[in-house]
Amino acid sequence: MERWWMPLPEDVSTFGPRIDSLFFTILWITGIVFVLVEVLLVYYIVKYRAREGRRAIFSHGNTRLEIIWTTATFAIVFFLGLASQPLWYAVKEPARFPRGGLELNVTAKQFEWHVTYPGLDGRFGTADDFEKRNELDIPVGVPVHITLRAEDVIHSFFLPQFRLKQDAVPGMEIPAWFQATKTGEFVLGCAELCGLGHYRMRGRVIVQSQEDFQRWVQQQTQVRTADAAR
Amino acid sequence: MSTIALPHEAQAHALHHDDRSFVRKYIFSTDHKIIGIQFLFMSLFFLLVGGLLAMTMRWQLGWPGRPIPGGAILGDAKAPGGVMLPEFYNALVTMHGTFMIFFAIMPLLVGVFANYLIPLQIGAPDMAFPRLNMASFWTAVPAGLMMLASFLVAGGSAGAGWTSYAPLSAVPEYSGVHTGQQLWCLSLIILGFSSLMGAVNYITTVINMRAPGMTWFRLPLPVWALFITAILILLAIPILTGALILLYFDQTIGTTFFLPANGGQPLLWQHMFWFFGHPEVYILILPAMGFVSEILANGARKPIFGYPAMVGAMIAIAFLGWIVWGHHMFMSGMNPVLGGYFMVSTLVIAVPSAIKTFNWLGTLWGGSIRFHVPMLNALAFVSMFVIGGLSGMFVAATPVDIPLHDTYFVVAHIHYVLFGGSLFGIFAAITYWFPKMFGRMMNETLGKIHFFLTFIFFNLTFFPMHLLGIAGMMRRLYDPTQYPHLQPVQPMNEFVSVNAFLLGATQLIFVFNFLWSLFKGRKAETNPWHANTLEWAAPSPPPHGNFEVTPIVYRGPYEYSSPDSPVDYLPQDRPPLERPSPAPTLAPAGN
Ligand code: HEM
Ligand SMILES: [Cu+2]
Ligand SMILES: [Cu+2]
Repeated sequence: MERWWMPLPEDVSTFGPRIDSLFFTILWITGIVFVLVEVLLVYYIVKYRAREGRRAIFSHGNTRLEIIWTTATFAIVFFLGLASQPLWYAVKEPARFPRGGLELNVTAKQFEWHVTYPGLDGRFGTADDFEKRNELDIPVGVPVHITLRAEDVIHSFFLPQFRLKQDAVPGMEIPAWFQATKTGEFVLGCAELCGLGHYRMRGRVIVQSQEDFQRWVQQQTQVRTADAAR
Repeated sequence: MSTIALPHEAQAHALHHDDRSFVRKYIFSTDHKIIGIQFLFMSLFFLLVGGLLAMTMRWQLGWPGRPIPGGAILGDAKAPGGVMLPEFYNALVTMHGTFMIFFAIMPLLVGVFANYLIPLQIGAPDMAFPRLNMASFWTAVPAGLMMLASFLVAGGSAGAGWTSYAPLSAVPEYSGVHTGQQLWCLSLIILGFSSLMGAVNYITTVINMRAPGMTWFRLPLPVWALFITAILILLAIPILTGALILLYFDQTIGTTFFLPANGGQPLLWQHMFWFFGHPEVYILILPAMGFVSEILANGARKPIFGYPAMVGAMIAIAFLGWIVWGHHMFMSGMNPVLGGYFMVSTLVIAVPSAIKTFNWLGTLWGGSIRFHVPMLNALAFVSMFVIGGLSGMFVAATPVDIPLHDTYFVVAHIHYVLFGGSLFGIFAAITYWFPKMFGRMMNETLGKIHFFLTFIFFNLTFFPMHLLGIAGMMRRLYDPTQYPHLQPVQPMNEFVSVNAFLLGATQLIFVFNFLWSLFKGRKAETNPWHANTLEWAAPSPPPHGNFEVTPIVYRGPYEYSSPDSPVDYLPQDRPPLERPSPAPTLAPAGN
């Protein structure tokens, strides 16, 4: 975030760069339209300011121009739609999610994130499941599948550095996925006003190498079974 | 100049014997002009309230946890030791949005100008239903007072955002707000009745009461815009009211329409709210588009470019506005296939907005532009609305909305359309029609100072919010410094806050100019802007009943610089010059 004029957070998911590049495409298109319109506006303001002895042109419009700019705008939005649709489905449509990887349950409640891991056996509802609060530990380079739930009000699961956001809605189970491209610690935030503690409904995403992550799961499972045995 | 000497039936009885009591004349008045002015005072008051709330929020966002200067008066329940509590912040953010949208911008655009302008611009003596009109204003007032009073009840005012998503808004245990949340519903239900009474009135008036010769395609664009807006209000408000009643039941009698229990659905609220809410955002811009079109033509001394395209674009917006609501719900858990559809319809609705912008540019082309204060504000509208429309393209593109939804990018978008757009349109309209309303001119120098400072501080306040959103700053966030990824942009938050205060302070110039001009402004002529539309044929201010003789309309509203006229304007009611016949036959009121 060295550049204050383009403070995009670091981009560490597989689909993140595609989203950013679409963002920049739109920035270019809208930027050009913006400059064109504003320059024309200022140019007209200066050129056609009232001056002694000159009358305005008496014109009611021009059908050809109307057709041209309507078609041009249509072409632009058509292109934007085409460019957006596949990426949208790749990120959000469950039928297109990648297979395999890690499955997690994330439950939001005022004002915490509860992350449930299936443990070593990779299955939920078994004795080696374990839970983390406000901490999402994941391996790098593997698709992470999340089932989002909410216990009380609507929250929004927001990973700014992974370019992912998905509301968690009481009564619904919403699937989401992402895949990290880098190890490190990142932000998990809540993006939907959820009450007076909304601003501190914060967690950490800890991305480790696959080996480290495997070791970490083993360790957590042991802690868990040791706890259970006690 | 202003009146045509046609022997024609007049509302003269109303003009000459105005012996109504003070109360009937200024308080419980049925005169559309007085009602418009009443709405003006009411909504400017709420505009100031909304602005104060915003600046209080900006204090916290610029310097989280620092005591607000003078904050002690807020009391311990809101800000112990002057440091605001998160629950109070949520109340501020909710009430700022609520007051601005429902009690400031919407009544400014519609309550004020639909009332004031429609009869005058179509050449009618008053509204179709003057008493309904009075009822509309006197229903809005208690709604506003109720909303205001909700700050004082135990638990404070509503705090679930202006969008009031359930279950947070439905269950007091979740929000910590009990009565406030209910008052919010009740107040908006009552306000809805006010809007509906207004809407049927505007629609009926435009259809039935146009002066002879005022065909549909001779209507001034503000009338077209307000007519279409009134139809949107008539259709959209009942949906909001229905949703509010269901929410109120959830809050009070234990139903679960919007709760997951017993088959309820939190998303149902969002669908209902946005099915109202998206047409609502067009309710909040179309009238301003109308005023700006009027003023640009007047300032440029040119006919509006592409009148039929302008009307067509507004009609297109009014239709398309109903099929795009899901773009507010891309991240809601709604089926992604629906998201894909809503993206397409949303992109399409950008087309009519673009058409309007290009036609405004076309209007300036070849003009002879005069930079009076209304014109400056209208030009600002065009340049700022472009930014708001273009930022809409980012959030309309579903993949890009994933990171940007519910961040300050959306906050920037809505302020470029609603402040940069609607509010500049309102400043343009107030300064333009002030002489007609009050018979006095506003001070031009103060108007220009106010305009330039507002334009500068507006951009310094709201442009950086795009960047904050890109950096991932969530909206409705009490303390951004809680998040590691937001700490680097905290200086930007301070910068925004400083400029927000300057923007707020600048508005005092407007308040002063408004009040001072009311009593001390230079007396206005009948037609100070050399405009064409019918209101400028009536005296400034027009008497009860408006016109001495019913005007007859001979042409469209924007025949500026017509070769048929020695001067650079040609009022709609001026009989054609080349016809020397003593009394033209009455033109039929055609459709
Ligand atoms: C080119 C035209 C426009 C497009 C494509 C557009 C698109 C959008 C989209 C997609 C959103 C949802 C963003 C999100 O929550 O992630 C949005 C929000 C919003 N837009 Fe627009 N918009 C346009 C014009 C307008 C206009 C003219 C207004 C009002 C005068 C307006 C007012 C709003 C408001 C108030 C919201 C935020 C509502 C909220 O969540 O509080 N927009 N717009
Ligand atoms: Cu939250
Ligand atoms: Cu919308």
